[in-house]
Amino acid sequence: MSENSVNTRRRNFLIGATSVVGAAGVAGVAVPFIGSWNPSAKALAAGAPIKVDVSKLSPGDILGPIPAWRDKPIFVIKRSEAQLDSLNSKNGRLADPDSTRPQQPEYAQNDTRSIKPDLLVLVGLCTHLGCSPQFKPMVQPEQFDQEWMGGFFCACHGSKFDLAGRVYSGVPAPANLEVPPHYYESDSVIVIGEDGGVA
Amino acid sequence: MSALQESFKNVMDWVDARLPVTETYEKHMSKYYAPKNFNFWYLFGVLATVVLVNQLLTGIWLTMSYVPTGDGAFASIEYIMRDVEYGWMLRYMHSTGASAFFFVVYLHMFRGLAYGSYQKPRELIWILGMLIYIALMAEGFFGYLLPWGNMSYWAGQVIVSLAGAIPVVGDSLATWVRGDFNISGITLNRFFALHVVLIPLVLIVLVFLHILALHEVGSNNPDGIDIKKNLDVDGKPVDGVPFHPHYTIGHDLPGIVLFLFFFCGVMFFWPDGGGYFIEHPNYEPANPLKTPELIAPVWYYTPFYSMLRAATFPLFGLDAKFWGLVVMAGAIALPIVLPWLDRSPVRSIRYKGMGSKLFLAVFIVAFFILGYLGTKHPTAERTLVAQICTAIYFGYFLLMPWYTKVEKTKPVPERVTMP
Repeated sequence: MSENSVNTRRRNFLIGATSVVGAAGVAGVAVPFIGSWNPSAKALAAGAPIKVDVSKLSPGDILGPIPAWRDKPIFVIKRSEAQLDSLNSKNGRLADPDSTRPQQPEYAQNDTRSIKPDLLVLVGLCTHLGCSPQFKPMVQPEQFDQEWMGGFFCACHGSKFDLAGRVYSGVPAPANLEVPPHYYESDSVIVIGEDGGVA
Repeated sequence: MSALQESFKNVMDWVDARLPVTETYEKHMSKYYAPKNFNFWYLFGVLATVVLVNQLLTGIWLTMSYVPTGDGAFASIEYIMRDVEYGWMLRYMHSTGASAFFFVVYLHMFRGLAYGSYQKPRELIWILGMLIYIALMAEGFFGYLLPWGNMSYWAGQVIVSLAGAIPVVGDSLATWVRGDFNISGITLNRFFALHVVLIPLVLIVLVFLHILALHEVGSNNPDGIDIKKNLDVDGKPVDGVPFHPHYTIGHDLPGIVLFLFFFCGVMFFWPDGGGYFIEHPNYEPANPLKTPELIAPVWYYTPFYSMLRAATFPLFGLDAKFWGLVVMAGAIALPIVLPWLDRSPVRSIRYKGMGSKLFLAVFIVAFFILGYLGTKHPTAERTLVAQICTAIYFGYFLLMPWYTKVEKTKPVPERVTMP
């Protein structure tokens, strides 16, 4: 090999090695940029559990969306006997009647999707694109459904849920409304956002 | 040569030896030969540039009074509207400018479709243009959150929730984008940074490359004829005229004046565009606990929003929600490969066959219908219409290799035809 000729192998090796080190450097320096987009300590602290007093809630009523957890509206509903019976009638139009999708803590994976049968706690955001559904508890023909059994209706894209927050089939929302982790501190106070060691 | 001219020449010689000012001016203005048969449709590129300058200037001025926090944003918009001198005007210039931007860009894109301006050798111009369009959509979306009205909030909520449709990583991705468990002041603050710094920089670079690529290969024209094939003795295209002063003074300037006339009409007398430019729920502050009756995006996104909603059934074990995202993203991205879908030997719609004309006409009608449906509540009938129009939208592109190949084209003349 003469002095002036190019050593292609060595040059390619150097180009390759420089590229690999350079790419590793770019990947490394990307970490703080990407990491800074995660919820900050302040945002995490603001997501702390909240306490809700349910003593004044009468059957058929909704407490919400006033209590908010992590800035999300929370629905607390006390269902009447008749409404509970309608849940057990196994509405054939539900997509996931047995709540097999993990949209609730284990202790709420039952027919009423709740700890106490009558009291239901839900995150009031549609599982489609996050609009807040309206509470339509009456069993009556509605504009959006002639055979309405009572439940929640999301006006944004027409998703329907029953009185346990279970989604109807054939609507845009893919899953039941989320039941947040919660537990009873006393008979009348629910803590929302924490399991309380039950799960 | 007078003494003044002489000293000017000396100054320019000195500069040109150090910075190619005269050379650049000649290449892009006085010696850039544009086809002499440009028509009305060739205004929208320059109009888009005018609107871009408007957005940059008014945007910078708005940041001087705007507060990008959850507590301060809505009040600062009211402050701009009521207490800042000419604040209302700067804001309306900016909000009207946003709609105007999409208006001229859509017409500019239609021109490209009709005259085959994406065909070889202009593929990169088209691709850069599509990237500009996508950056513009991002810019509009980030900017829409900033007034922190109730529609800002819930539109942001709906679109960021779209990321949640991606299997497995979706929810954490949405949380990462928001920087919070729900849209909050944190989200607002970062969208502000993206809207006023990052995306504008990207846009400016892309626009620069778009024009650079255009001036490298030369402009197309309504006949789709390559004017560089027919040169005079000096090597200048016989069907070309210098961009400056022919088009700057004779075409663009009157076009800009006419455009500004309409722009000012909207800005001064109809700034909310009947609820289509500034939506009525946005006059209420953001309320995380109350969704507006009807969430509709601003008019320029509605065709794609319709396509998102048109996916109503699960497929291959994946939710309809995921397919909605796929359809919408596909509809936005598909035109990027247009240069390789068109197999026609001719560029312009003037010489293409019946197939191309029919498909383009039906495509435009379907796009308008989708745009209309996106502003309305979905019903079973509307969803069906949206599904048909979505199929037409995709059919226009995906069937193009077939219908542009089999159709009978007309002979293209040697010289351009004057309008």
